[in-house]
Amino acid sequence: MRIGRFDVSRRFIRVWHRNLIVYRKIWLVNFLTPLLEPLLYLAAFGIGLSALIGSVRVEGMELSYVVFITPSLLAITMMYNAFFENTYTSFVRMYYQKTFDAMLATPLSLDEVITGEIMWGATKSLIATVIMLSVVSAFGLVRYPEGLLVIPLSFLGGIAFGALGMVFTGVIPSIDMFNLPIFLFISPMFLFSGTFFPMEGLPVWAQKLALLFPLTHLVQATRWLCLGVFRVEILWGLAYLVACCLVFFPLALIVMKRRLIH
Amino acid sequence: MTSAHARVIEARNITKRFGDFLAVDTISFDLLPGECLGLLGPNGAGKTSTIRMVYGFSPLTAGTLKIFGVDVSSGWRAVRFGIGVCQQDNNLDPDLTVLQNLEIFAGYFDIPRGAAREKADQLLRFMALDHRRNDMVSSLSGGMMRRMVLARALINDPQLLILDEPTTGLDPQSRHQVWEKLEKLRAQGLSILLTTHNMDEASRLCDRLIIMDHGKILVTGSPLELVREYAGNQVLEILEPADELRAFVRARELMHDNLDHRLIIYGGENDRLFESIGREYCGENCIRRMATLEDVFLRLTGRELRE
Repeated sequence: MRIGRFDVSRRFIRVWHRNLIVYRKIWLVNFLTPLLEPLLYLAAFGIGLSALIGSVRVEGMELSYVVFITPSLLAITMMYNAFFENTYTSFVRMYYQKTFDAMLATPLSLDEVITGEIMWGATKSLIATVIMLSVVSAFGLVRYPEGLLVIPLSFLGGIAFGALGMVFTGVIPSIDMFNLPIFLFISPMFLFSGTFFPMEGLPVWAQKLALLFPLTHLVQATRWLCLGVFRVEILWGLAYLVACCLVFFPLALIVMKRRLIH
Repeated sequence: MTSAHARVIEARNITKRFGDFLAVDTISFDLLPGECLGLLGPNGAGKTSTIRMVYGFSPLTAGTLKIFGVDVSSGWRAVRFGIGVCQQDNNLDPDLTVLQNLEIFAGYFDIPRGAAREKADQLLRFMALDHRRNDMVSSLSGGMMRRMVLARALINDPQLLILDEPTTGLDPQSRHQVWEKLEKLRAQGLSILLTTHNMDEASRLCDRLIIMDHGKILVTGSPLELVREYAGNQVLEILEPADELRAFVRARELMHDNLDHRLIIYGGENDRLFESIGREYCGENCIRRMATLEDVFLRLTGRELRE
């Protein structure tokens, strides 16, 4: 199927499936991080920081620090899994293993290869989220059934951050240079997206700036869903994430084509 | 898209330009069913650029290119179903085992699982890799990896096999084993397009050769025809030749190359001539030998380094 200048069919699933098979080989290692990481964070923040902070006020709601931070951890996991899959790992497949070159001698188009990679990044984000969600749920930190909506949200967030990562993969000269977009985009988002302290703690100009971060919207949507509170911010967040996908996804296809097809 | 087509490849004035660099300059050639066609040329001659256009990886700058009668620019997907490609790098999937490499690759061609396993088994036996089926590909030797790349290129039962320098970097044993496999495939009627700068490979495998340089076709013909025409039957190589011999060769207008410390005289149709040169000008510094494709190659593409 051709959509404008793009050549994508359901064949991208083959690429996705290849990555799934590799992932399954070491599934235990892959499962371990999202399983143990939240425990580490909850121990540090729940036992350590909570004593200092006590509770947090977010838009009129009084939340314990652990309840406040749990959705942030989920959203960060979504971002990290997709972003790192489609930067470092995709770059290794593209540049060092020449996996894409081999695929491009078969009936797969480059657009399908890249789509498969981004969908795989989103899938990793989803798997990690499901594991982490079950861990934090054991501590009663998520309200159900609303909390279940975090799962599809993690896929949407995964596409947005995976596509963003793939854009960098398409333009970066060497693998070491991923440090730059991580320092410029990922680290500020990690710290200032209403993750570890409420946005209200920032000066007004910084709050406005933080609204540009996709992570801000992902954190907010995750938070309200975990709390079981339906707010209009959830819809705004979803709309913003969809918009990010609509920008970064085609852009990723364009820059990868420019990089690989000569 | 059957072998009923008169031509497997039909390239007409195809051109590939990278910015200011003209990698392939308006070349035309055909590949007939069952034929093994070799593209020969020094580094940067345009061989790889040509075959990348053939399998629909690189878009053409100009010209038309039909594979199995299908225009590759618009019908690249249909074309790729019918071809197998061995790229220059051993780009096997290092995250997977030998068997998985074949099975997953089969999936890219829509081959159902059962059929893929059957085909993979058959190819592993053919390539003598059966005993390594569950090993990771990174544990294979260089020769095994090459055979494995070849097996992968055959997973879709291609009608056209494209090989980009299939034996570069292999030891003689492995090289001969790959040649043996390729000869078997050729005997089965598979059409093959290969690039190489190994002259033994070209003479042994190819029905017809195209010698390229600077993006252009210099000559084309069977290995034997090319040797006869451009180097003759025999060659006389003289180390540190006397000035009189150089003058003699020039005066008689013999086909020759005049190098710093060496004079090479081609053509030995006239045995007497070589014998008389031998008597008059040579001591132990003369070697008389059969002309080879390498002589043709060096005569046509020159002796300067390509770096």
